[in-house]
Amino acid sequence: MCLLRFFMLSPALLLLLLLSGCQQSEQWHAKDISGLMPKLRFELSNAQGESVTEADYAAQINLLFFGFTNCPDICPTTLAQLAAAVRNLPESIRDQVHILFVSVDPQRDEGGRLAEYAGAFGEQVVGLTGTQDQLQALTRRYRVTYGYDEADANGYYNVSHSSAVFAFDADGQVRLLIRDDLTPAQIAEDMQRLQQNT
Amino acid sequence: MQTLIQFFTPWEFSWLVQVSCWGVLLIFVRGLRRGVQPGFWRGSAFVLGVLLMYVVTQTHFDYWSQYMFFVHRGQHLVLHHLAPLLIALAAPGAVLAAGMPVSVKRWFAGQNWLGRWWIAVYRFLQQPFLASLLFVGLIAFWLTPDIHFDAMLNQRLYWVMNWSMALDGLLFWWLMLAPTSHQHPAAAGDRQGLSAFDSVRVLNSEETLPARSSVVKSNRSSPLDRLATNADEKWALASARDRITPQLSYGVRMLLLAAIMVPQIIIGARLFFSRQVLFDVYAVCGRAWPISPLTDQQLGGLITWIPAAMMSVIAALILLRRLLHAQADQSVAEQPDQSTAAREPL
Repeated sequence: MCLLRFFMLSPALLLLLLLSGCQQSEQWHAKDISGLMPKLRFELSNAQGESVTEADYAAQINLLFFGFTNCPDICPTTLAQLAAAVRNLPESIRDQVHILFVSVDPQRDEGGRLAEYAGAFGEQVVGLTGTQDQLQALTRRYRVTYGYDEADANGYYNVSHSSAVFAFDADGQVRLLIRDDLTPAQIAEDMQRLQQNT
Repeated sequence: MQTLIQFFTPWEFSWLVQVSCWGVLLIFVRGLRRGVQPGFWRGSAFVLGVLLMYVVTQTHFDYWSQYMFFVHRGQHLVLHHLAPLLIALAAPGAVLAAGMPVSVKRWFAGQNWLGRWWIAVYRFLQQPFLASLLFVGLIAFWLTPDIHFDAMLNQRLYWVMNWSMALDGLLFWWLMLAPTSHQHPAAAGDRQGLSAFDSVRVLNSEETLPARSSVVKSNRSSPLDRLATNADEKWALASARDRITPQLSYGVRMLLLAAIMVPQIIIGARLFFSRQVLFDVYAVCGRAWPISPLTDQQLGGLITWIPAAMMSVIAALILLRRLLHAQADQSVAEQPDQSTAAREPL
């Protein structure tokens, strides 16, 4: 009897497990993470050293990305991709999308350097950084982290950081997680849809 | 000092884990103070098991587990293998039953429907084949790249994952290591803290005998069912005598232990030998310190492969030892000899 009940129930159980893993919306190219993370909120400083908060970037689509200007691979690639995506957008909504590049290496990325680096990728890229406390509060809020390597003889050290881009809508709600497997055209498409949805 | 404080500060504080860990230790200590003595090694195994579970979930270790794949594999090795194995080895039922506040026991004894449901679900999950399937199935399930991604990104899912590993570990290792019926009730009565006889005796005498120390040592063994006259005793019987868990023979247990090794080795080896990064969530969220993603994955694969599979070997050796003692006891019973009769199985 027990055996019979088991053979009847276990396929149902397995099916349930499988189904729960397969729910994915087909609407977006990026991963839909609506409601999984809190609203955009931060206290940082901009490349001019002035304190800024999320209020300074309200009522627009924000793409939040963490990195450092000495980054050899991930940061320049991702920033170039995002900048290309923004260039792909119709002119009417182009200036309503901002890329917030948060440097998690404040020791090396001070004012001028950060401004120059961000500016190289386009007008829509905003360079931000902060104290360790501010950065930790923000990374923790979005369940990401960063860490430093030992410095070599030239004082160069590597920094581990999140490769994800978090997209927030004009209300500051988290909507998408953009991974590095998307093309600029796909990102632009998602941005347009996001603009229409809000 | 500061690094110590930093290490022991929970990365993500959880009331549920705090209350569960410290609560169960408190009940255990109460049980010990009421005279149920599991012996030094059993007691230590239990405390160590619970503390290990606490350390990997409520210290800075949890931070590393969230942002480093191989540390995460280590966390699950503790939650799913090492700590539950230690707890099951300690067979803490009798001590916990004695330490549980009487009012809680009364309440549970009054909830007949709860008992019925609980037992039905428990027995369903503890069917040998399903228990083994669940044990390796959960490892495979949470290591499915898409599911793993969501679990590491979403806090609630992350806790569901860790709790499911810990609870399933307790279920499985208890099924493997629970004392068998070969251990004759009369003989088990002498092994303090092991059998239900002790806890019932303790419980019973708490109300009748004022002297605690004499309680466990008394060799009064009256039939269990006659003793179980009130709610407390019924509860103690149900929890400590453990008629509920399927009694598997040593042979079946060892077979299952060998069977679960194979898929674990396959999963671990697949991670180790994979030339591409399977879990991009650690790149997406950032790693705790710079390390090559493939190295991280290979270390994680090794941990899933070797120590996890070794736990089966360790458990099988423990069972083998018990089996040899049971045989020795049996032959001793035919030719009575007091010196070996009281030998304890691990």
